[in-house]
Amino acid sequence: MTRARPAGGGAVSLALPWPVWVPAALGFGLIAVPVAGLVVRTDWPNFLALISTPAALDALWLSLVTGLISTAFCLLLGTPLALVLARSHLPGLPVLRSVVLLPLVLPPVVGGLTLLFLLGRTGPVGQLLDAWFGITVPFSTEAVIIAQTFVAMPFLVVSLEGALRTAGERYEVVAATLGASPLTALRRVTIPVVLPGLVSGAVLSFARALGEFGATIAFAGNLQGTTQTLPLLIYIQSQNDLDGAVAMSLVLVVVAVLIIVTTRTRDVTGVR
Amino acid sequence: MRPPIRRRPWAADRADRAGGSGEGHPSPGRPTEGDLRSESGGLRARVTTRRGGFTLDVEIEVAPGEVVAVLGPNGSGKSTLLGTLAGLYIPKDARITLGGRTLTDTATGLAVPAHRRRVGLLSQQALLFPHLTARDNVAFGPRCAGRGRRESLEAAGERLAEVGIGELADRRPSALSGGQAQRVAIARALAVEPDLLLLDEPFAALDVDAAPAVRSVLRRLVRDTGQTTLLVTHDVVDAVVLADRLVVLAEGRVVEAGPTAEVLARPRSAFAARIAGLDLVTGTASGDGLTTPEGTTVHGIASEKIAGGEPAVAVFPPSAVAVHRHRPDGSPRNVLPVRLAALEPQGEVVRLRAAASPDGPPWADGLAADVTPAAVAELGVEPGDDLWFAVKATEVAVHPRRR
Amino acid sequence: MSSARRLVLAAAAATLAFGVAACGGSSGGEQQAPPTRTLTVSAAASLTDVYDQLKPQFEQANPGTTVVFNFGGSDTLAQQVVQGAPADVLATASTRTMQTAQQAGRIQGEPVTYATNKLQIAVQPGNPKGIVDLTSLVGPQVTESVCAPAVPCGAATEAAERAAGVTLDPVSEEQDVRSVLQRVVTRNVDAGLVYVTDVRASDGQVQGIDFPQATAQGAAQNYLVGAVAGSRNADLANSWIQFVTGPQGDAVLQQAGFALK
Repeated sequence: MTRARPAGGGAVSLALPWPVWVPAALGFGLIAVPVAGLVVRTDWPNFLALISTPAALDALWLSLVTGLISTAFCLLLGTPLALVLARSHLPGLPVLRSVVLLPLVLPPVVGGLTLLFLLGRTGPVGQLLDAWFGITVPFSTEAVIIAQTFVAMPFLVVSLEGALRTAGERYEVVAATLGASPLTALRRVTIPVVLPGLVSGAVLSFARALGEFGATIAFAGNLQGTTQTLPLLIYIQSQNDLDGAVAMSLVLVVVAVLIIVTTRTRDVTGVR
Repeated sequence: MRPPIRRRPWAADRADRAGGSGEGHPSPGRPTEGDLRSESGGLRARVTTRRGGFTLDVEIEVAPGEVVAVLGPNGSGKSTLLGTLAGLYIPKDARITLGGRTLTDTATGLAVPAHRRRVGLLSQQALLFPHLTARDNVAFGPRCAGRGRRESLEAAGERLAEVGIGELADRRPSALSGGQAQRVAIARALAVEPDLLLLDEPFAALDVDAAPAVRSVLRRLVRDTGQTTLLVTHDVVDAVVLADRLVVLAEGRVVEAGPTAEVLARPRSAFAARIAGLDLVTGTASGDGLTTPEGTTVHGIASEKIAGGEPAVAVFPPSAVAVHRHRPDGSPRNVLPVRLAALEPQGEVVRLRAAASPDGPPWADGLAADVTPAAVAELGVEPGDDLWFAVKATEVAVHPRRR
Repeated sequence: MSSARRLVLAAAAATLAFGVAACGGSSGGEQQAPPTRTLTVSAAASLTDVYDQLKPQFEQANPGTTVVFNFGGSDTLAQQVVQGAPADVLATASTRTMQTAQQAGRIQGEPVTYATNKLQIAVQPGNPKGIVDLTSLVGPQVTESVCAPAVPCGAATEAAERAAGVTLDPVSEEQDVRSVLQRVVTRNVDAGLVYVTDVRASDGQVQGIDFPQATAQGAAQNYLVGAVAGSRNADLANSWIQFVTGPQGDAVLQQAGFALK
């Protein structure tokens, strides 16, 4: 925090060895150049018209709302899951962990299909939902949220479990010797201590939910206003209107960058 | 400007509760053992456990208001003992009572969770909650006990003043030095007024410069509040400064126990002698260093400010003792006649163990001097010989000690 | 820190609010009276243009009806129907996928094959390389791009190659036919195997060359449409099928380059 600086100059950072710079530049280029290509390829004179069609506005709004709700569910379900993985001594924990991480390796379409098999009207759970409550999950906004939560939650769990393991149980032990019940220790010590990890996990989850395509189109369908999020609209537009698809992609990129940058900044300045 | 130490507001109701819960946790089917006959007051712990091919089997008692130091090398079972007392680790076979409450009884399957034990813990690392200010850290425990926010914060401010850093109350831990952080940790541990305070090498991670002052603060608070304390350390000086009694642990067993100065002055086991490793002379503080009970002066340098007449102990390493056949001339301020009791080879050096000489002070009994084998050959000494020990005043540290 | 906590709280609150609203919305929708009925049509993505054009006409002809499209890959659409997703009409771009839904008993009556699409060789306008058929593409003097074998247009390409007895040496295999077209438009390759409808949609940026094997077994693409069994809007579903296979549908399909059955 209050580190001494050399007189008249900025902080001196250790020099990175040169073999770091070349791959770093290549890696950055691999990501940045195609995105820059998107900017070049955009039909700027018609940009506003392209991104303000009813379908585009519907998709943007739906993406933001479902992304936020999915992130909330990731926090609600993923935080306890990460705690169990990092702190409990359940037998078979490695198996549990690899199951939780499955959505990372599973092609999203496969994830969407498995959800469809489970929750479709003929699926084991979907059948009951239909018979008892008249609820049909596929082709609904709820299905979008379920699909996004499915693919995004591992990001939160991985990030948070890492933070929990790094922090260790030391602070919780101290809290217990000060008379804090496990719930109080969780609320007032554990969560605040791992908050940076929690925030970056939530940001990652949100970003993943925002870009979610495969699981959504397979499970929730591609219905404008109900399940057609930005990536799904981009996919459909790329079938016949590439200009529109490129413009919408740019919107997606801008939204993602805005959210990552703002939360990242807060993360760094707010805690520590 | 140190504010007066507040007496504990909970002392009365603690006594009540202790009696009540003592009756509430009888141990059915278990005959009362002789050494655990009383269920009231202080800590009584009997712990037997295996952990990774190593067995811990100890019995420890700490009377109310007493400070007991457990001394032992790494791997002697100190951390397992602390973890067991704090309720972080459930041993194979143990019975632990504190102030009449049974905390652990493997016979009945009773294990009070850590947060209901009223056992505080202060470790090497301060482990201040990084997201809270110093004041909020100290107020944490009282808030958990259900006390009001304002009351807790005010009390926390006073606690911080007691440990001498009242002006840093609103700093985050990242803006505190190691010594300052450990002071906050002391204030935080004492703020909950635990029935037992566990100290786990509390100064080991501090700078050599910071340690004495922090040790002094802890000593004062523990003494002034009559805090029942169990200290685990491998540093003899910690034990000398803080502890009434000393328990020496080796390979999971108690090998020696007794009043601190006695155990260190006359280690009965080779192990305790090695642990002790230092020469100690008890007395009271004086302007030149230390005055022994029969009136001789040991010249030395006080490690912290000690009022004249306060109980103190002079400490010096055996390697600082020069051995002579005849009374030496020159600068050493402390020169005393001794009678050689034993020669103990200790690796590279030979330890000469002294007994009191008829011509010298009685406290010479048990002092050690480390010399090279070559020097022993040159001096041609053997047990029963009369010798002179000489120690420079700058090698002698005078510490306050428990009365 | 507290602002992050507020963010989390806000998100949780939004969850509850939205959940309630969404539940209310969907249950209300199911009990709505006929004047505002919704017809859900699951259709192959390659039909996006055609169906989007037909939608306003159909809605005009059936007052109070809203048509909602679910565009996607035919395989996915068929799976959704099999698993009971609430679609009313299924329109696929292959016979096989329609059979999947049919065998699961999810199609009411017989599906109708109403249009076909076939491959063309897309080349730069004016055909500078003088390409006449698949054999013109073999060899290093002409570079071409095709669909990967795993995707439907790639399977069609392989069938055409077999029928012609040639093996192409493509410089790239793309994941969808639009990417193949894009390669030709941007002049990265001399030629690409795409559908007639894709050439038509390129607005003259490429020229299409017919070749005889495009109609061989497995090379042509069939478009089928059927009513989903158990649909709550069976009458509307049948109206849509009649509409798409009727004169208005034919006109739009032909204009897009589809061949009628």
